[in-house]
Amino acid sequence: MKQIVDLTIIDTVKIGDAYSIIRCTSKDILPEMKPGQFASLKIENNPKVFLRRPFSIHDYDKTENTVAFLIKIVGEGSRTLTELKRGDTVNAVLPLGNSFHFDAKGKSLIVGGGCGIAPIYFLAKCMKEINADFDIIIGGRTCNDLLCLDNLSTLSTTFCATEDGSKGSKGFVTDIPALSNNLSQYGKIHCCGPEGMMKAIAKTAVANNVFCEASLENTMACGIGVCLCCVTKTVHGNECVCSKGPIFNVKELAW
Amino acid sequence: MVNLAVNIGSLKLKNPIITASGTFGYGYEYEDFFDISRLGGIVVKATTAEPRDGNPYPRLAETPSGMINAVGLQNKGVNYFVSEIYNKLEKIDTNIIANVSGSTVESCVEVARKMNELDHIAAIELNISCPNVKEGGMAFGTSVKESYRITASIRNVCSKPLIIKLSPNVTNIAEIAMSVESAGADAISLVNTFLAMAIDAEKQKPILSTITGGLSGPAIKPIALRMVWQVHKAVSIPIIGLGGIMNATDAVEFMLAGATAVQVGTANFINPAVTMDILKGLEDYATRHMIENISELTGALQL
Repeated sequence: MKQIVDLTIIDTVKIGDAYSIIRCTSKDILPEMKPGQFASLKIENNPKVFLRRPFSIHDYDKTENTVAFLIKIVGEGSRTLTELKRGDTVNAVLPLGNSFHFDAKGKSLIVGGGCGIAPIYFLAKCMKEINADFDIIIGGRTCNDLLCLDNLSTLSTTFCATEDGSKGSKGFVTDIPALSNNLSQYGKIHCCGPEGMMKAIAKTAVANNVFCEASLENTMACGIGVCLCCVTKTVHGNECVCSKGPIFNVKELAW
Repeated sequence: MVNLAVNIGSLKLKNPIITASGTFGYGYEYEDFFDISRLGGIVVKATTAEPRDGNPYPRLAETPSGMINAVGLQNKGVNYFVSEIYNKLEKIDTNIIANVSGSTVESCVEVARKMNELDHIAAIELNISCPNVKEGGMAFGTSVKESYRITASIRNVCSKPLIIKLSPNVTNIAEIAMSVESAGADAISLVNTFLAMAIDAEKQKPILSTITGGLSGPAIKPIALRMVWQVHKAVSIPIIGLGGIMNATDAVEFMLAGATAVQVGTANFINPAVTMDILKGLEDYATRHMIENISELTGALQL
């Protein structure tokens, strides 16, 4: 069930200049969250920001009653959030949207690009918990954009690619052999990242007849499917990314 | 105990807080957050005769203290509403108000006629003010003659309370209000969004796919208040005030300017339960000012 909750910041960890992970808790029991879902956070004390901002659930720990968000600083909203300190509160509406359709049948592939790694970590953690067999690929412009590489590597085999070759193989995630010529070993692909990356993965997946789902990120106002601002074109017409997604089977998208 | 009940003509509301069309879906989307039957009313998402896919993405631009939308009346059409959505609304114990939109008088009449047959639809709000459709919409609401013509046509097929939602994109709002009053409207809701525009300076491109859209939020509140005040002086039918209401004080201001009830729109996006805060605040205000009936506030501005 969706809730409006005041979260208390436990810690904020900066990753380079452009990213932060904020970990929060609540005095109440947080609602159950699934990988792929998101929260919309209210930005206080910044008159330049009017609407809430959506962020993927980066991590959720039921026993600890914590939730974390991986935030890329792109504008006023994200910057204000990353400036919050331990003990500060942030109002959240969560959990929102659908979730990844993962299972332990066959082998799966998880792909994250840049801050698209945000929901990927939570997904990998949940897949590990059900003993699923899966590989991880992450990519970024430079080694500074390969977020959570160490944590991901503890969960399963992780390949990485950077555009400048500063870490892993030089090029795009789609150049990594697991994706470029060995795709049919996978039953399912779950991806999140820049649209160009996801479109390239979708194309290969469809050509190899492999199930593929992508997490979309459109500008949104309400986060619950009523304002109809965040639509994406699908085979069924315009659908809200916030409520029908953010996870879509790529075959349903008009890509 | 404050009596919060108000009447919009023959339409009885348990309190003056209504949610605005296009900002509250069909109501049930908000059921996780609070008991929606506590609202005075819910104006559901605009319905047109035929299904509409709306405008292309991007449809939203955030602006100082507001937002511009260019949704373009996306909805599945009146027949879908009647067969698939209406039955879910029957369970909601408050006034469900249908918002009727369209690009021709005939198509609006068709929607109104079908809505008029549904028992649990308490009233019809005719939208003559959508800035995001190529034809019709705002064109009706910016002409005295056209607004009269469409109101009179809907009046003919509508036995339920008929509310006309006015566009603020006019030089003389009172003139339009008088025109729809004389055509048989039972009430007026104002204002819809202001025609507006947002530009990405770096890309040197418009932010919205449609270039222009409708501005809402606190940025428009002072203008909306002024229009409610002007219309209040010009007509004798009840007014439902809206435009940037974020809290109980805003709601009180609209009532003082002449509104009998208010609609809360954009604020629902920022706090899904804001209407319950407003309701509580309104009650507190009345207690503090020793007001027994909230309806005493309507037009009570002291000059």
